[in-house]
Amino acid sequence: MIYSVAALPHRIAGAFDALDSPHLNGGQQLAVRYLAVAVVLFLAQVLFGMLSGIQFVAPGFLHGVLDFNVNRMVHINAMVVWLLYGFIGSIYWFLEDESGTEIAGLKWGNVAFYVLTAAVTVVVLVYLLIQTGPGKDASIWFINEGREYIEAPRWADIGIVAVMLVFFYNVAGTFMKGRWSGIAGVLTLDLVALAGLYVAGMFYLTNITADQYWWWWVIHLWVEATWEVLVGCIMAWSLMHLLGARRKIVQTWLYIEVALMFGSGILGLGHHYFWIGTPDYWFSIGGFFSALEPIPLVAMVVHSVYDAGVHNFKSRNHPALAWIIAHTFGNFLGAGVWGFMHTLPQINLYTHGTQWSASHGHLAFFGAYATINIAFFYLAVQKWRGDVWMGGDLPGNGWKWKWALALLNLGVMGMTVALLIAGYEQSFVERAVGGSTWEGYFAAQNQVWFKQAMHWRLLFGLVTTAGVVLLVWDLLTIGKGESRKAPTLTKAA
Amino acid sequence: MSANPPRWSSEDFWKKVAIWVTAGSFVILIVLTFDTLSKTSVGGQRVRSYSVINKEIDYRFDDKQNRYAPVIGNDAPLFGKPLSEAEAENLVDLGKKTVQAKNCMNCHTLLGNGAYYAPDLTKAWLDPGWISAASRETLMLAFLKDPERNARTFGSGRVMPNLGLTDEEAKGVVAFLKWMSAIDTNGFPHNFKTLNAQVQP
Repeated sequence: MIYSVAALPHRIAGAFDALDSPHLNGGQQLAVRYLAVAVVLFLAQVLFGMLSGIQFVAPGFLHGVLDFNVNRMVHINAMVVWLLYGFIGSIYWFLEDESGTEIAGLKWGNVAFYVLTAAVTVVVLVYLLIQTGPGKDASIWFINEGREYIEAPRWADIGIVAVMLVFFYNVAGTFMKGRWSGIAGVLTLDLVALAGLYVAGMFYLTNITADQYWWWWVIHLWVEATWEVLVGCIMAWSLMHLLGARRKIVQTWLYIEVALMFGSGILGLGHHYFWIGTPDYWFSIGGFFSALEPIPLVAMVVHSVYDAGVHNFKSRNHPALAWIIAHTFGNFLGAGVWGFMHTLPQINLYTHGTQWSASHGHLAFFGAYATINIAFFYLAVQKWRGDVWMGGDLPGNGWKWKWALALLNLGVMGMTVALLIAGYEQSFVERAVGGSTWEGYFAAQNQVWFKQAMHWRLLFGLVTTAGVVLLVWDLLTIGKGESRKAPTLTKAA
Repeated sequence: MSANPPRWSSEDFWKKVAIWVTAGSFVILIVLTFDTLSKTSVGGQRVRSYSVINKEIDYRFDDKQNRYAPVIGNDAPLFGKPLSEAEAENLVDLGKKTVQAKNCMNCHTLLGNGAYYAPDLTKAWLDPGWISAASRETLMLAFLKDPERNARTFGSGRVMPNLGLTDEEAKGVVAFLKWMSAIDTNGFPHNFKTLNAQVQP
């Protein structure tokens, strides 16, 4: 028994070794491990999303076993973690290519991967099996911090920071050893900010206003600033790699995006400070700067479509390019337009804390982040199989990737619209008329338009799930037995 | 493409713009953070001292500010017992920790942030659902300790699970909710008619 437990880490590492491919460099072998776990967590996100969606329609479902708060927490945490795994994997993937040298301290990077994955597993098991604790510090340290999106208990926070430091060392050390580039510089500075901001969410405060103030530093400055810049770096590299776009053009765009993204996003943080007890000057600052937030996202659409057009849409990897285009439009619509719709305080007074936010959240996280990670899955699987052909003329006309793309976009868009209708109804019935009392809240929840919207959300959730399953099947099979090689791109400086 | 692109379209120009804009925005944020934290410390006008739970709290429309604002009234000690500032802080702190440890925020919203499966708790202390100031404390404690038997579903079928709160934890949560209802949230939620407004139109 003791022997088999002791041998467990070895066995798990052995299972991951099956992912190795002779076509990859050291960083890419590690990247594939990250991307594989990301796919598993993506499936978990969708599963727990479905459970939560069912509970809106049938409240008795799993009552007392897996209550809504548990399902919803796992749904969102799985998403945050799989997106992070995807980003980290993507960066390990192109690190050697971008720096022109082998990764510094790759051995530690590998150790960090197993530590992080073990920690994530333990955290999820505790969420599911223990769920809640008494109102003591020990609960916050070992069970659940109870703050939306960053519920991971404090011990795990410390572990995450340690792993991030190793990751940062891998990235910065490799560029220092090899060559720096515009992408390398932006990426390195962005990772400093990303890791540093996490620390802002790692302490307990009784004052809920100050608590939520710092909490938004982590949430907002991650997803509306540093993550956006991170995907900007990933996209910049991907466009060069996929289309042969010129480095000079791609990097100029990257700088423009950083200027616009941080210029609007950092002070755009103010749109979370309207109603938490903070001074009312945040109305003007938050309203103004967050209204500018869509601009860099338009720039990204222009950038990707321009580059793709200049190269006549000739790419090395059709599914990846399609997902990158989906990313730019999804980012603009979901994060930009849907965010703008309720960001002004005059409107937000009635929409804050309603399904509007859920509508925005679904389209924004899918459009801005899930899509670019999926694009990277395809880039990785192509090289993993030996840099095989992934252009037109795929077996079956590539029906699997095309249908996965269609089902996922249709499913998420359908959920978004259903939730938006529910949000509108809540804004009128609960907020404006009902004055947000409990009676007003339930009057809105029991209203027929709300109930119908929740059924539609569930239906489109099923469509999304079908899309994810098809996507995973495609990722496992695409390029199998393919003998044609991917075309080589002539890089124009 | 011309051999000499204009300066405003060069990589170097945008690199500098990116650095200056980012640094400038961050500096402004730091300055505002210091100001906001000083204006939202416990005991100020926006976030009241913990001993505010010894007082009557209401939420009414303020003509001057043109929005709803908390109103602090006469003595009305929670559970009939006036607490010192330190005792009040301990009780509210226990409540806040319980709210976190029980993961309330993944069904409810607090200050409008959280999940949307259950009602907002920002002004829960003032909700007309507690019928009257006299019945409120008893009803709240009973609900928190056994939400399944004392379910308040308003016909929705959504029942809060029993989270096993102890007597002290339940009292702490009530204290936390009372204290939170006194925070000046810039008029959110709008048009909220409190339990007192129902009695005195």
